[in-house]
Amino acid sequence: MFLNTWFLPFALLAVTTLIAFPLSRYLAWIMEGKYRVPRFLSWFEKKLDSGPQNWKQYTAALLIFCTLLFAFGFLVLVLQPWMPLNPDGKWMLAPSTIFHSAISFMTNTNLQHYSGDQHLSNFSQIFFILSNMFLSAAVGFCALTAIIRAFRGEKFVGNFFVDMWRVVVYMFVPASFLIGIIFLQQGVPMTFESFAHVSTLESPATQQTIVVGPVAAVEPIKMLGTNGGGFFGMNSAHPFENPTALSNFFNTMAMMLFPFMLVLMYGRMLGRLRHAVVVFIVMILLMAGTIVWSIYFDTLKPNPGFTGDPVARTYDVPSASAPGGKRTVTVPAVAGLPVDQHLGNLEGKEMRFGTSAGATYAAVTVDVTCGAVNSEHDSLNPIAAISPMVGMWLNCVFGGKGVGMINMLLYVIIGIFVAGMMVGRTPEYLGRKIGAREVKLALLALLIHPIMILGPTGLFAATDWGMKAVSNPGPHGFSQMVYQFSSASANNGSAFDGLGVTYGLANNPSPAPEAIPWDIAAGLVMLFSRFLPIVAPIAMAAYLGAKKSAPFGLGTLRDDGATFGLLLLGTILIIGALLFLPIAALGPLAEHLGPIPFGG
Amino acid sequence: MVWKSLRTAVIATVLFTVLTGVIYPLAITGLAQVFFPWRANGSLIHVNGKTLGSELIGQPFTAPGYFWSRQSATSPFPYNAASSGATNEGPLNPSLADGARKRIHDLREVDSLNLSSIPVDLVTASASGLDPHISVAAALYQAPRVARARGISLQKINELVARETEGRTFGILGENRVNVLLLNAALDAEPSQSKGN
Repeated sequence: MFLNTWFLPFALLAVTTLIAFPLSRYLAWIMEGKYRVPRFLSWFEKKLDSGPQNWKQYTAALLIFCTLLFAFGFLVLVLQPWMPLNPDGKWMLAPSTIFHSAISFMTNTNLQHYSGDQHLSNFSQIFFILSNMFLSAAVGFCALTAIIRAFRGEKFVGNFFVDMWRVVVYMFVPASFLIGIIFLQQGVPMTFESFAHVSTLESPATQQTIVVGPVAAVEPIKMLGTNGGGFFGMNSAHPFENPTALSNFFNTMAMMLFPFMLVLMYGRMLGRLRHAVVVFIVMILLMAGTIVWSIYFDTLKPNPGFTGDPVARTYDVPSASAPGGKRTVTVPAVAGLPVDQHLGNLEGKEMRFGTSAGATYAAVTVDVTCGAVNSEHDSLNPIAAISPMVGMWLNCVFGGKGVGMINMLLYVIIGIFVAGMMVGRTPEYLGRKIGAREVKLALLALLIHPIMILGPTGLFAATDWGMKAVSNPGPHGFSQMVYQFSSASANNGSAFDGLGVTYGLANNPSPAPEAIPWDIAAGLVMLFSRFLPIVAPIAMAAYLGAKKSAPFGLGTLRDDGATFGLLLLGTILIIGALLFLPIAALGPLAEHLGPIPFGG
Repeated sequence: MVWKSLRTAVIATVLFTVLTGVIYPLAITGLAQVFFPWRANGSLIHVNGKTLGSELIGQPFTAPGYFWSRQSATSPFPYNAASSGATNEGPLNPSLADGARKRIHDLREVDSLNLSSIPVDLVTASASGLDPHISVAAALYQAPRVARARGISLQKINELVARETEGRTFGILGENRVNVLLLNAALDAEPSQSKGN
């Protein structure tokens, strides 16, 4: 039991690290442009090369491309009813959902306010989902590359379109192919048919409509690109997306792979591998922490909904009307159900992956901001659900393609700045003095995240928009709202799926009542939380890189030792706790502590 | 400058769409249909010219003579393979325990002699609502009922369960489990039985 529980997470961490070290060298080699390719490939590359770009031009090209991607995605979804590969004539999604989905996939979030198996044709799955998965992931990757070059003091930070080509053609497509073969072998379907009809074994009169499709093409890049938008509604929990325990292993590994490699690529391209390894260790400690937390509270503990409470509990609550200003409230003892829970909390879990797989996946998918799920996060034990939330709140534990490392750089800059202030020295990063302008840009990029989570959550919790959408009573309902905006702002894409945010197709007679405000609010949150933390750090890196490099001296804070690692870890934990502990207390913690009556 | 970028962006969008939306999926489809044709089309099981279902997709069972699958929260009916879904119920949501209580009641109604505690996977819903497996314990818990309903010896049923048990991958990944559809199909293939309802 012990081994079965803990083997999976630690094997994943170890294997991915072992692969990431050598492969990150390949990534750096490609991004430095040191390769030679056959002529037909270099012909395309030349077509895309619009010349060297400074940071402003690079950023502009990035934004123009993303705008185009949004428009294209919007168009594909609007045209769904008239496009091929749609045998049952699916109508288009509701307009607000199209707006939300086009942003969601363009920003690499993949928050889904629809259900792939019910609402999308295979045409939309390929031309909307699949292409966006490749391209939005590559955009974040390119942003990190531009930042690295800017840090090196280069005036021209490369060409955005050439970088995109390198990432998509020399990395994502071949990697997806390899992983795709593994998934195919394990049982993931790959066909342009839409259904198979079978009659069930017990009552042959009953038909089961089995949705199939080009799943094995979507699945690899969904994981490798840390996209996370499922072909089917239930994502990687669906037996066709993730048929076996082995496919689950590769599924989880695939989403960790690029985020792991990018940290090391950062170090290699800057010639500061040791520094990157320290950052890597901080990240892997945080990741192991979130995994152990969720396994301990979800796999090794029973679902409290079935255990009951053997003793009655009484509480004194303040009450103005009662004599003495206090009233005693009794919560009666509840009998447990006659179930054997030694396998842990199995509500919303699949049998084939193994008991700890759901909790492991839940932690990893938020750390790398993938957002795919192989269990239902809504049904995690309350205190275990803190782990995925923390992953999204910190948003720098490896993080999404490129942007995770960018977020970590913000913590690095702020950590060094604070430490410099404390010991009374000029803070420096990579030999360059961090000035007020850099810190302001870093703070702007950092603070947009909590603002985009806390503001909308407060608004929705105070109005019918939120209160009519929640599907669970009490603090869990609040957690559902917090989770939705955390996921949107972290560009993650997982959800507490019970939240009523699905309008469905535009002709749906009975949509979720508050779906439209959720579509629009979450869409805007994703947009701001994606692009501000890309643009501001690129500017910051450009300003910093343009400064004169000071020689390494005795007074310089070394950025490649244990002291720096601890400083960074402390900065992340303290800033994270200051920003998010209050809502953690109102949501999952309150739920864990049980029905404590508040005043009355 | 902006115009040049816009022009290149348009070229890039077209180029990448063709590459990732046409070439890549077609290549992987070709590969799939040549090397893994059965898997690629949904792992459908054919017995005597009849399609039984997909090996990977669970089916609902309610008769005492069949092993029951896990609970399923797909809408509008259980094990709807066109609409995967979970209950989305938090542990302290009263309807989660209510659903479990009803299930326990149903299980005990058809097997009133068996008062042992029920393996938790039988009373909980899976994430996809299409989980084809139950734990070995859950199969063994149901074995006496199935044996009685079918008039087959318990030993024979237990042998079948053992035969249909899928072990952990490499002995370490996953969980020991039984595919309910395959087990029930194997039951139906057994000779000399009085099929109970």
